[in-house]
This record gives sequence, C-alpha cells and structure tokens, in this order.
Amino acid sequence: MAAALIGLALVAPLILYPVFVMEALCFALFACAFNLLIGYVGLLSFGHAAFFGSAAYVTAHTVKVWGLPPELGILAGAAAATFLGAGVGWLAIRRQGIYFAMITLALAQMVYFVALQARFTGGEDGIQAVPRGKLVGVVDLGDTLTMYYFVLAVFLIGFAVIVRTVHSPFGQVIKAIRENEPRAVSLGYDADRYKLLAFILSAGLSGLAGSLKSLVFQLASLSDVQWTMSGEVVLMTLVGGLGTVLGPVVGAFFLTAMQHYLAQLGSWVTVVQGVVFVFCVLVFRRGIVGVIASYAAGRRKPPGISPSALEAVDKPAEARTAAGP
Amino acid sequence: MLDWIHLTVPPAPAMFAQLLVGLINGAFYAMLSLGLAVIFGLLNIINFAHGAQYMLGAFCAWFLLNALGLGYWPALILAPIIVGAAGIAIERLLLRHIYGLDHLYGLLLTFGLALIIEGVFRQQFGSSGQPYAIPPELQGGRNLGFMFLPNYRAWVIVASLAVCLATWFTIERTRLGAYLRAATENPVLVQAFGINVPRMITLTYGAGVALAALAGVMAAPIYQVSPLMGSNIIITVFAVVVIGGMGSILGAIVSGFALGLVEGLTKVFYPEASSTVIFVVMALVLLVKPAGFFGRAR
Repeated sequence: MAAALIGLALVAPLILYPVFVMEALCFALFACAFNLLIGYVGLLSFGHAAFFGSAAYVTAHTVKVWGLPPELGILAGAAAATFLGAGVGWLAIRRQGIYFAMITLALAQMVYFVALQARFTGGEDGIQAVPRGKLVGVVDLGDTLTMYYFVLAVFLIGFAVIVRTVHSPFGQVIKAIRENEPRAVSLGYDADRYKLLAFILSAGLSGLAGSLKSLVFQLASLSDVQWTMSGEVVLMTLVGGLGTVLGPVVGAFFLTAMQHYLAQLGSWVTVVQGVVFVFCVLVFRRGIVGVIASYAAGRRKPPGISPSALEAVDKPAEARTAAGP
Repeated sequence: MLDWIHLTVPPAPAMFAQLLVGLINGAFYAMLSLGLAVIFGLLNIINFAHGAQYMLGAFCAWFLLNALGLGYWPALILAPIIVGAAGIAIERLLLRHIYGLDHLYGLLLTFGLALIIEGVFRQQFGSSGQPYAIPPELQGGRNLGFMFLPNYRAWVIVASLAVCLATWFTIERTRLGAYLRAATENPVLVQAFGINVPRMITLTYGAGVALAALAGVMAAPIYQVSPLMGSNIIITVFAVVVIGGMGSILGAIVSGFALGLVEGLTKVFYPEASSTVIFVVMALVLLVKPAGFFGRAR
C-alpha cells in the first residue's frame, strides 16, 4: 500500500495542479507533526501556527536577504521552530489538558504580535518574492515539477521520521503517558521529559512544513502565524483521524481541496470549516481514516486478536482488581 | 534592537489616561473571564465561542438601534437575553452530547461555533467596524483636576464592577449559588438530592453567554462594533484565565482588572510591548506558580 501511495504521489503532478498538491503536502506534513502530539501524547496544542509561521519567516528571510541556498534556509527555519518549540513546550507542559491548549494558544499569539511588529517580517505585507534558488547550487527549484519532487522528498523524510518515532520504544512510552500518565510515572518514566521531547520534535517538523511552504509560495505572511492556522491544523487532523498514521495526510488533502473549491465564496469558507468542526466533534470523532480502519478491521477479523483472546487478556486484570484491597 | 527601548517618564495626564484605558480593558477582561470561569466550573468546557458571543452582544445592540430604533438602555437588557437564549439553544442542541467525552472536545466544538458565527458576520460586514454612539445621558465628561474622565468610561468601570460583584455574590452567598457550587463539586450527589442538574447546566451556560453579551453591549460605544472584536480579545482573556486560575470567581475579577492595568502601564512606558505583556506575565506566572494565582493545583 505504501508503494502504491508513493507511486500515486509521483504521478500526481501530471494529473492535478502541482501547486495544489505541493500545498497539500506541506499541510500534510504540518498535520502529521501536530498529530504526533495530540494523537500519541494526548496533548492538544492550539498554537502550532507559531512554529509553522516562524519557520516560514526565518526561511524566507535567510533565503531572500542573506542569500542562503534553499536547503540551508529550510534547515534554519526548522531549527528556529525547534528552539521556539523547546521554549514554548518547557512552559506549556507545566499544565495539562485544557490549560495546555490555552497556554499554547496564548504563547502563539505572542509570537503573532512579535511577527506583526518586528522589522524583518515586513508586518502586514509579509516577506514576498522569496527566491526558490538552486538546490545544493545545482538543481533549479524555479521549475514547478522539480520543486514538486523536492517537496515530495522532504515530506517523505518528515513522514518517515514521524512513523519511525511512533513505532520506536520512545513512541511506546509516549503512548503509555497518553493512556495513563500516573502509571507511566510510577513505572519510572520521566513523563515531563518525554512530553517535552515529543513537543520539540513536533514543533521542529511543523517548522519544516512551514519552511517548505514559504518556498513553494515564495511568501511568508501573517496568516502563517495566526491562530486561524492553528485551528486549521487541528481540523485537518480531526477530519483525517486523530492518532492514525495516514489520517492527517488525508485530512490535509481534504481541507486544502475544500479551500480551493470554495475559494470564491470568501468568508463562507470559515463558516464551512466551523460546520465541519462541529460535525466532526459531534458524530465523526474517529475521522475518515479511523472509520475506514475500524470498518476494515470489522470485515476481516485480525488473526491474532479475536474477541475471545481479548477476554482472556482482560480476565487476569479483573482478577487482580478483585483480589485487591 | 536596543533603539526600540526609550524609557521616558511621560507627563502625568498621559499616564492617567493610559491607566484609564487599562482599567476599561480590564473591566472587559474581568467580565469575560468571569463568564468563562462560571461555565468551566459546571460544564468543564472552555467556551471558545465566548469571544464570538461578546461580538454578538455588540451586534445585537447595533441591530436593535438600526432596525428597531431601540437605544443603548433597552439593548443593555435585551441583548444579553437574546444572546443568552441563543446560548441555551447551543447547550441544548450541541454541547449536551459531548459531556461524557474528553474536555478537549468541548474546546474544539465551541471553536467550530466561533468560526461559524464570526464567518457569517465577516461575510456580511467585512472586517471594518460599525460605529455605535454613546448614549446621550453619558456623553461629555468631567475634569478631575489631574485628568479628564469621560462619563461613559466611568459608567463602564462602575457598571462592570457592579456586575462582577453581583455575580460573585450570587455564586458565593445565595442558595442558588450554593446549589451551583455543590453541582460543580459533585453533580451526581446534587441530582440525588432532587435538584435538576441538567437544567442548571443549561441555565448556567445561558448566564455565562449573557454575561459575554452584556460586556459586548458595554464595549460597543468604546470599540467599534466589528466581527473581529471577539477573536481579538478572547485569546488575551485565555491568558488572563491561566494567570488567575479558574478556581475562584474573585480571582477572575481581580486578575482581569489587574492585567488591564498592567497593559495600560506598559503602554505608557514601553508601548511596543503592550500587546504582548499579558502573555509575558502568563509565562512568568507559569514558571513561578503553575496553578495560577487563585487556582487549585490539578
């Protein structure tokens, strides 16, 4: 299936409008990075636009003003987002749940105001006409198809890092923290350290997505750091399926497509987004991929885990509680 | 970078004027964070639509004036009732279905509602503001010797203090408030005593929303009535809530006014930082006292 999807991505620019697919890929990487936090650590960050947007600004500035080659500009952007993530995460993990969401939102708003006032960001205009430059001095990214395959490659690298993280021992620990934090702590895991690491990784990868986006559109603007962007990435992940590997990708494509089709409707796009939000929370919490996965699992019973096997696993647990004090 | 900073001692009237602006902003922070705290106490939902409902209150007053010819004083009563009723409908139709879920879904659902409300108004009115005149009774002002005090601003400060204290009194000192506090602690037990907790939840949400709408009407003559006025203020109010902690009603009021003043003072001494100072304070509070000044650790 992975090969089929990559094959599809390779021919996609020949069928679809390449800039659309590039935009969707940037948002897909952003949503996957965000999902690492909400889906696997259970932390809802409402301020991920800060990382996406600040990386976009740093990349645009370093490439345009300092004349860095694109690969170094992207690295600089991702590094800036990583450092910012370390600071924001260090503050935000002091609180949990709903407070975590409010703190990340407030700190991101601070980044927004800094971007609005600082000189190098260009205020309301943003940084425009960012040159795409030549990759390692050789490959000209000005060509749309070349740029597309570069974006696809960066996306695949970022995606691979996320998948690898989720399935690593580190990923198992953060999932344990999501399921039952006091228990993970009692088992000797320093939950705050794991949360902070996951936060920094998520921020850095969000930054990678933002840097890429600023090269694709040759623009870094205030809308990249605004709270609406934070909301959009939440929505993408929610629509695709929280805590699923492919969900954020599907959600990003779905919402980017929706925005393209509804672009002429002006502010109604916001209304439609709100309606999708409400709909997802009320009746579609598992998301597109979550629903498909559970449907597929219902069709063909996985050989290892039959209901009776689950019961067998549950029983000793019950026996333990029953035997307790 | 350093050339940004020019600390000069401003003349006293300018300073008092900024402090007044800070106090006015603080009045709105206090009223909005109060509503958020009341709703969170019983529903365990952070009402992201609070800013949108504040904006609805202001627009409601504007509609009452321009469509029905009803002025400021009727609007002060009618707008909270209308918007509060809309809040009750939202609770009945939507919020009710997600109480069993993780609290985060409440935040996401109300965020969606905020997008819908703001999108509709932005479509109709753009992002520009509509003017709303100060009621004739409160036009003009008086000279206090050290500064000029516009009557309407004095009224906003006095009225919002009165509303905040009345809310505090209702919750902390009346029988209804006692039910409310009990239901916050243990809804099942309170229900077992024969109190209709679901209805209480509905009315509490309606009251919190009405409080936001009341703040919106009071804000209409000061700030322009604009579709964006809600989202501009709500994130700051979230920071206020994090600083104060949501454990106490009085805490929400005190931190609202205090942070408004801090913002005003920053505008005097270092204007560039006035939009970020509340978030900086929030970061400092998180370092020193993560539960917030009046919050209970959890």
